[in-house]
Amino acid sequence: MGERKLIDENGLRVDGRRPDELRPIKMEVGLLANADGSAYIEQGKSKIIVAVYGPKEVHPKHLGLTGRAIIRCRYHMAPFSTPERKSPAPSRREIELSKIIREAFEPVIFSEYYPRSMIDIFIEVLQSDGGTRCAGITAASLALADAGIPLRDLVAACAVGKVDGQLVVDLNDVEDKEGEADMPVAYIPALNQISLLQMDGQLTEEEFAKALEMAKEACMKIYQLQKQTLKQKYVEAKEAVEKGEEA
Amino acid sequence: MSITPQTEPLTKIKSRQMIEFLKSGKRLDGRTLTQHRNVKIEAGVIGKAEGSAQVTLGNTRVLVGVKIETGPPYSDTPNMGVLTVNAELLPLAHEVFEPGPPDENSIELARVVDRSIRESKALDLESLVIIPAKLAYVVFVDIYILNHDGNLFDASEYAAISALLNAKLPVVKVEGEEVKPTGEFKELPVRECPISVTIAKVDEALLVDPTLEEEVMASAKITITTTSTGKICAIQKSGGGAFTPQEILEAQRIARSKAEEIRSLIPGWGGRCG
Repeated sequence: MGERKLIDENGLRVDGRRPDELRPIKMEVGLLANADGSAYIEQGKSKIIVAVYGPKEVHPKHLGLTGRAIIRCRYHMAPFSTPERKSPAPSRREIELSKIIREAFEPVIFSEYYPRSMIDIFIEVLQSDGGTRCAGITAASLALADAGIPLRDLVAACAVGKVDGQLVVDLNDVEDKEGEADMPVAYIPALNQISLLQMDGQLTEEEFAKALEMAKEACMKIYQLQKQTLKQKYVEAKEAVEKGEEA
Repeated sequence: MSITPQTEPLTKIKSRQMIEFLKSGKRLDGRTLTQHRNVKIEAGVIGKAEGSAQVTLGNTRVLVGVKIETGPPYSDTPNMGVLTVNAELLPLAHEVFEPGPPDENSIELARVVDRSIRESKALDLESLVIIPAKLAYVVFVDIYILNHDGNLFDASEYAAISALLNAKLPVVKVEGEEVKPTGEFKELPVRECPISVTIAKVDEALLVDPTLEEEVMASAKITITTTSTGKICAIQKSGGGAFTPQEILEAQRIARSKAEEIRSLIPGWGGRCG
């Protein structure tokens, strides 16, 4: 560890990116027929699929709340998503992430519109190359919107970290493992609020303030892509109708 | 799967009173917004454990025991000892805690404390390997919640670092295939004193060291851990609400200054570097 240089003499990262450059991102919505809403994201080599079901009746009934819908969230990694096979049983990491991802969505979902019901968010990591909790949140926002669930805004997420002493956005797996710090952030642009924040590694006060600013900027770029992706779906549907095809 | 929890709300009169108090910068128990409850830390309370400490934070009470064994290191870190943190939300600590396997709350608690210790490099894991890739010390930190009145993250973190500072490492000798304890002990190599400070957001106010009543009223909490050199080494936002970036920067400033106060109370740290 620490032997490999993560930033070269030209200031570029292991995959040739500049410090503030995101990995190539591909997003798609409505790809699963059974789910009420679904989305797929590729961010670099990370591939994640998300399905949303609901609002629907709560089973078992006693879990329901009288004043609002409950949100259920599962973040899960496929056994084949990592270099070494991951047991399909939920790990402690996955249990923690399921909790904080659910909490990242609590502030945006108008859950009070649907008392005694539930909304399910299923995040499946198909291939993992760093930043999967953030990409999972980005895609889950799209799936919630695709399901027609009223939201205060989309949530966009991105990590900022420190590698070779420099702050960089959207870490890949190598940068996450060998870097000096990793800070995933989920941002709600319309509310100017942060609904997920974690950090491990070491940052000074100044670095932390700068990292927070960089995370916000990166989230705003992702937010634009999210909006484009949602609009695109309806443009495609409109074009199909105009051509006389079935939408 | 994580599910929106069912929480018993405070009575209307109490919640109204709390908000009323906060408007004039006061809390129900008379504290200022940035004041901790009474912190009491006692190390070495369990003789059979290699290290131990009990922390009370107002009515919150946490016991941490450290056990040290030998075993194989992880294959991806063959030159390091092993640190394992586990937390038990005991049924005797609160009426809502049920016996059974750890739920998401106890897993999150253990992982937040683990991150504070690991990321601050408090425990010098490199010096805890006995034979690279074969044998190393395995340090178990077990967090026992005895009474829950809010801010379990901080009470557990203070107890965990105090217990590690209190711990003695059993010296072993390796003869062929056998590992034998020599009966001697040395100091566990603890090089840092990470201190977490949890801040809850109630209404618009930021409250240090929230009680359980304040946690029930809070939209969200943030736990920020800093090292003795003033670096941030771990953060966890927890709970269903959100913070503005300005609130997070403010929380960070509060956490940094409060951590210094708490660090001076950690038994055994003053004597080591710092």
